[in-house]
Amino acid sequence: MSFTRPFRNTEVLNRYIWIGHWHPEGGAFLWTDERAGNRKAGVDMNSIEAKGLTKEFKVYQSRSGLAGAFRDLFNRQYRTIRAVNGIDLTIEPGEIVGYIGENGAGKSTTIKMLTGILEPTAGQLRVNGYDPHRQREEFVRTIGVVFGQRSQLWWDIAVRESFRLLKKLYRIPDETYRRHMDRIIEVLDIGALLDQPVRKLSLGQRMRCELAAALIHQPRLLFLDEPTIGLDVLVKENIRRFLRQINEEYGTTVLLTTHDLSDIEALCSRVIMLDQGNIIYDGGLAELRAQWGGGRKIILDLAEPAELSQLTEKTEGLSVIWERHGETRFLIRLENGKTSVSEVLSRLVSAVAVRDIQIEEATTEEIVRKIYQEGMADA
Amino acid sequence: MLNTYLELIRIRFLMMLAYRVNYYSGIIIYSLNIGVYYFLWMAIYGDAGSIRDMTAVQMATYIAVAWMSRAFYFNNLDREIAREIRDGTVAVQLIRPYHYLGVKMAQGFGEGLFRLLLFSVPGMAVVSLVFPIELPGIGERWLWFVVSLLIGFVINSQINMFTGLMAFYIMNNEGLIRAKRVIVDLLSGLILPISFYPEWAQRILTYLPFQAISYQPSTILAKGMARGEIAHVLLTQWIWAVVLWIPIQLLWIHARRRLIVQGG
Repeated sequence: MSFTRPFRNTEVLNRYIWIGHWHPEGGAFLWTDERAGNRKAGVDMNSIEAKGLTKEFKVYQSRSGLAGAFRDLFNRQYRTIRAVNGIDLTIEPGEIVGYIGENGAGKSTTIKMLTGILEPTAGQLRVNGYDPHRQREEFVRTIGVVFGQRSQLWWDIAVRESFRLLKKLYRIPDETYRRHMDRIIEVLDIGALLDQPVRKLSLGQRMRCELAAALIHQPRLLFLDEPTIGLDVLVKENIRRFLRQINEEYGTTVLLTTHDLSDIEALCSRVIMLDQGNIIYDGGLAELRAQWGGGRKIILDLAEPAELSQLTEKTEGLSVIWERHGETRFLIRLENGKTSVSEVLSRLVSAVAVRDIQIEEATTEEIVRKIYQEGMADA
Repeated sequence: MLNTYLELIRIRFLMMLAYRVNYYSGIIIYSLNIGVYYFLWMAIYGDAGSIRDMTAVQMATYIAVAWMSRAFYFNNLDREIAREIRDGTVAVQLIRPYHYLGVKMAQGFGEGLFRLLLFSVPGMAVVSLVFPIELPGIGERWLWFVVSLLIGFVINSQINMFTGLMAFYIMNNEGLIRAKRVIVDLLSGLILPISFYPEWAQRILTYLPFQAISYQPSTILAKGMARGEIAHVLLTQWIWAVVLWIPIQLLWIHARRRLIVQGG
């Protein structure tokens, strides 16, 4: 007899009360989980659990020309597009996960399925223990959502009124609301904006208000769909700091999609990369760099002109590639994980007069671009 | 839950206040309409004391009441829903813990209440000074009128929702919305009281929900009805209001399944 159920740690194990009973026909122990009825309490379960999640759209295809348009009137042609192709996804409570992909990779569609807006075509999905589409009204009380490109505040009324309405919608007691929101308003520094109508706010101001609005009901899980789109560096930094803070303080799980990889670098320990509806990478950011970073680069500025062959000799036996970029300027590419910077430098500095050294590492942006351009197999 | 919807009604009220200019232009349009229809009908009546069982004074009253009621039951839920579907804002509505259509209804009610209080009531006072109309004194008739008008509001909003939701299937349903508006104004008895239609048309109209929107409430107030008749009217109105939810709910469920959110 063995446990097939995966445990994260013994603490979780201890919180379960296991009652085993002998099943006469199967000849094996079946285990009843006393907490099963209590799953909605959401203590031990994963924030997101998806298996074979798929979304297909029927897209109307128009024929060309006038005759085609006429035929379209009577007989439309449809094409099925698979926006999300059977992805598996598990996100544990407290994680901050970056969800990246090119335009049209299926990110937004996934988020819309996870938030209950769209119904999956196939696959299993549990978010916070709910079926998002079927149990929508209950489920959405446990999540917060920010769409960078759409406002969810009421456009024509003061921010304060929007908050008030949301407070009523989520049935938050006055005391809880005050304690929680006072803090959020302070951290996001939006106190001065509360009496202005949303349409008069700048994008950065609005975005901070949107974040506050998404957190009014203290959701366990926060979805951010391009939260920093169009924002300046300072506001971006402010928002990132805030997200880190609520993640640490409240243990809020965060799933964010973005095109700005600096968001991911600043926030996420885990990255999920999507391409044409398939997950092509799911793992740590550090591993992503290590595997596909392509090693470091050293840029040398020599005091005197030198020949490439002379220099290559010096690093004989190390896996490096030399490139000449000018009379005195050279670039050395180090093979990932095999050669260290100090090894190369120690050999060079004793042999040639170096004026300046620059050590460069591939940015996440470069790595991601490379993966998309060359495909996962070659990258 | 009721609390939530009350709050939504309040918010819509505030939003209407934010766009007061719309509201002033509305006053002019409604006054013009009442005036035009008043003079038109008085020309038709000429020396005749009554046509089709309706006296000239009752007709004048009917016109004023019907138009002022329209200010209450009329709303742009169809346009709003269609727009939200077209531009994808409906997605934002779906992440909120409420029933989208219930919220729309509450918003429509907030809007109606705003127009009723700041527009219909003062408007009615002015109209009764300018035109020779005869309103009953405070009493039972007013009560039945209010109840009937409220159900009329619900039915009109339901028809609007149905039209608006068609945007899930026909992306540009502006034409449909306009056609619906004309049909409702005509068949609800706003422009021509149902009793003025030919017999056969009247018979068909009894099987349609439109007269419950305007003709029935307005008649209760302007002309009066026997108690039994009022009971019958309120019952049929109520049945329509319940029955109409079925296709709307089905349409909503089906539409949500084939929702494609526009613009990412």
